[in-house]
Amino acid sequence: MTEIDRDRGRYLIGAGLSALLTILAFAAVALGLSRGVALGIIGVTAVAQVIVQLRCFLHIDFSRQKREDLQLILFSLLLLAIMAGGTLWILANLAQRMM
Amino acid sequence: MSGLFGHLDWTVTPFAAAIADPGTNTFVAAGAAGLVVLGAVALLGFLTWFRLWGPLWRDWLTSADHKKIGVMYCVIGIVMLARGVAEGAVMRAHQAMALNGGPLSAEHFAELFSTHGTIMILFVAAPLVIGLINIVVPLQIGARDMAFPVMNQVSLGLTAAGAALLMISLVIGRFETGGWSAYPPYTGRVFSPGEGPDYWIWSVVPAGIGSMLSGINFAVTIYKCRAPGMTYMRMPLFTWTALCAAIMLVYAMPPVTVSSLMLALDRYAGFHFFTNDLGGNMMNYANIFWMFGHPEVYILVLPAYGVWSEVSATFSAKTLYGYPSLVIATMAIAVIAFTVWLHHFFTMGQSASVNIAFGIATMIIAVPTGVKVYDWMATLWRGRIRMTVPMVYLTGFFILFVIGGLTGVILANPTIDYQVHNTLFLVAHFHNVLIPGVLFAMLAGIHYWFPKVFGFRLHETWGKRAAWLWIVGFCVTFLPLYALGLMGMPRRSSSFADPAFVPLQLVAGAGAVIILLALAATLVCYGVSIRQRGTLAVPFGDPWDGRTLEWAMPAPAPEWNFAVIPAVAARDAFWAEKTGGDPYVAPERYEDIELPRPTALGLVICVATTAAGFALTWHIWWLALSGLVGIGLAVMVRAFATQTTRVLPAAEVAVHHGRWLEAVHTARGITRDAEDSPANRGLAAPDTEVTP
Repeated sequence: MTEIDRDRGRYLIGAGLSALLTILAFAAVALGLSRGVALGIIGVTAVAQVIVQLRCFLHIDFSRQKREDLQLILFSLLLLAIMAGGTLWILANLAQRMM
Repeated sequence: MSGLFGHLDWTVTPFAAAIADPGTNTFVAAGAAGLVVLGAVALLGFLTWFRLWGPLWRDWLTSADHKKIGVMYCVIGIVMLARGVAEGAVMRAHQAMALNGGPLSAEHFAELFSTHGTIMILFVAAPLVIGLINIVVPLQIGARDMAFPVMNQVSLGLTAAGAALLMISLVIGRFETGGWSAYPPYTGRVFSPGEGPDYWIWSVVPAGIGSMLSGINFAVTIYKCRAPGMTYMRMPLFTWTALCAAIMLVYAMPPVTVSSLMLALDRYAGFHFFTNDLGGNMMNYANIFWMFGHPEVYILVLPAYGVWSEVSATFSAKTLYGYPSLVIATMAIAVIAFTVWLHHFFTMGQSASVNIAFGIATMIIAVPTGVKVYDWMATLWRGRIRMTVPMVYLTGFFILFVIGGLTGVILANPTIDYQVHNTLFLVAHFHNVLIPGVLFAMLAGIHYWFPKVFGFRLHETWGKRAAWLWIVGFCVTFLPLYALGLMGMPRRSSSFADPAFVPLQLVAGAGAVIILLALAATLVCYGVSIRQRGTLAVPFGDPWDGRTLEWAMPAPAPEWNFAVIPAVAARDAFWAEKTGGDPYVAPERYEDIELPRPTALGLVICVATTAAGFALTWHIWWLALSGLVGIGLAVMVRAFATQTTRVLPAAEVAVHHGRWLEAVHTARGITRDAEDSPANRGLAAPDTEVTP
């Protein structure tokens, strides 16, 4: 199997998984599940799809040569969590005390 | 007419105000505006008289060389420093006379502290730091230029546009009066209907985008353009701090761009992000702004720590002590800096549990900084120390910065912060970390790397005079403010009623005079050095017996930096070569070098952005649209350019490099005792013991 075949296979798997996860998210709404369950399914499939796309399309993995890219992605996630989480915490606290 | 000129008319200049209402207040404003106009006319006259327009255009404005771009950043920083210091002195003079009044109007005073803060952080400290990183990092890692030389030019253009708008605001109209953080709802449309906050917004937004682009550029350069063998743990510490600061720039600048643009939407389009009514939440502005504001101070101080690391090792002729701990401390600060922003608004009303979480994080961030201070002191320990200008600054930094850091730990306690927030205690604290921490480091760094860029050293005696004046001036001006703050004097007050404040205000006012002298001595130092550049020349490129790669090339460094990209085998690469053999060996063969072609893209974007910002401020819609379209067009036209690089033939490099090597081999090196004498031509003779 040549390099090109391997790449093509990975893109096809990525496309298939992305399509599947998208269908699942739409299905959660179309099947009329309860609001909480539907939101949960959409959230999980969304995160899963981000990981699938990073892995299959952007070729991020745990190998040594990809380590820098992976570190930067994880660092971005950490900062987004700090900023978004911190904002929600602070503003919710302020809103509560404004009651 | 109003369509053509927007809100502009003949009454907006301070000159008109001075004629209509003569007095100290209006004369000060008109004098400042007059200085800007005179300065601009003098500059144009100077360039024309000495026929410098051609060289300025060819060698500087269109150059994509990282060293030239770095120098232009530093020039912006120094020019704006002169304005910022002058404003500070006017404020100190005013407050010294402000018992029950004072010469300036309250609004004028508010404009002064707002421009002073905006300028000092965004247009003095940031350009100096980014300029120094631009000059030094590619030289230290063995690269020929930044990863994106033209984007580097665009970053400079955007920063220059912000600075230009600030200068224009001195002559046309009034600046914002709500401080450098520009909190709404005060800066919203209802309470500040004029042009002031718009000037602030359109200065900050381009500078923020430019800094973010710089951050991307630096990070990619350090990740991808290192010389072979330059592993992460062999990078000089300045490069490490630059890397961490660059990554922080990428994440910390977008919040301020976003919050400023949201404020702009409130002001221009009637949105309600931060208004009092209709669901606006001004507390979220403080939240987003400080998500940028706090990391920003560490973005500025980390490269300053890098300068201290290089300076302490070089001028004590020792290996930097505790390199791994310095690297870890740098990374720790870069992450923790994103978790402390709430300490800027402890008193906004959130609960004690929120406050104390951020208070603890703030106290923790002092730990890695403390580790660094001990590392630098251990580096000096038993070293062969030469008290050069950077070392004088380092000494001042050691003592003063520790005081500033400790008052920061005091302020990190929310219960104490409730007592002293919004007083001069806070003003004393942040000047105490920013002046000895960042400004001293930048002045020391300029002195240290100046010969590498221009080929001659700076005058040591004038440099030392300036350094001592800065240190003494700082102490006399800002240490009394701690006491005034504890006595209860609020910051940003244009007048006060308690006569007990007067004596210390007079002391601080006298200190401002010393700082003015320090600024003058700094400028004299540059002037004297340029006049004596013959005796101060160091063409062989290694005036301080340096340790890292940038000293292994001629001074001034050639446009292509390295004749041959070096192979790095040790942490202090050049020092290892010097101690292990001959660092000045001709390479076996030279190769063609690809260099970026000059382009006017950065300049075009600078002019278009300035025009757009000015037009938006004054509601001149046709000009705003033209400026924004101009930016887009310039980028598109550039995208079609195919000949973006030129090739320098290997033969030319060989001739240039060969001539330098030949001169080095016939020259005699000097020992460290002759370092500040004219005998120093930039070739170091080994006379210092090598410590393991």
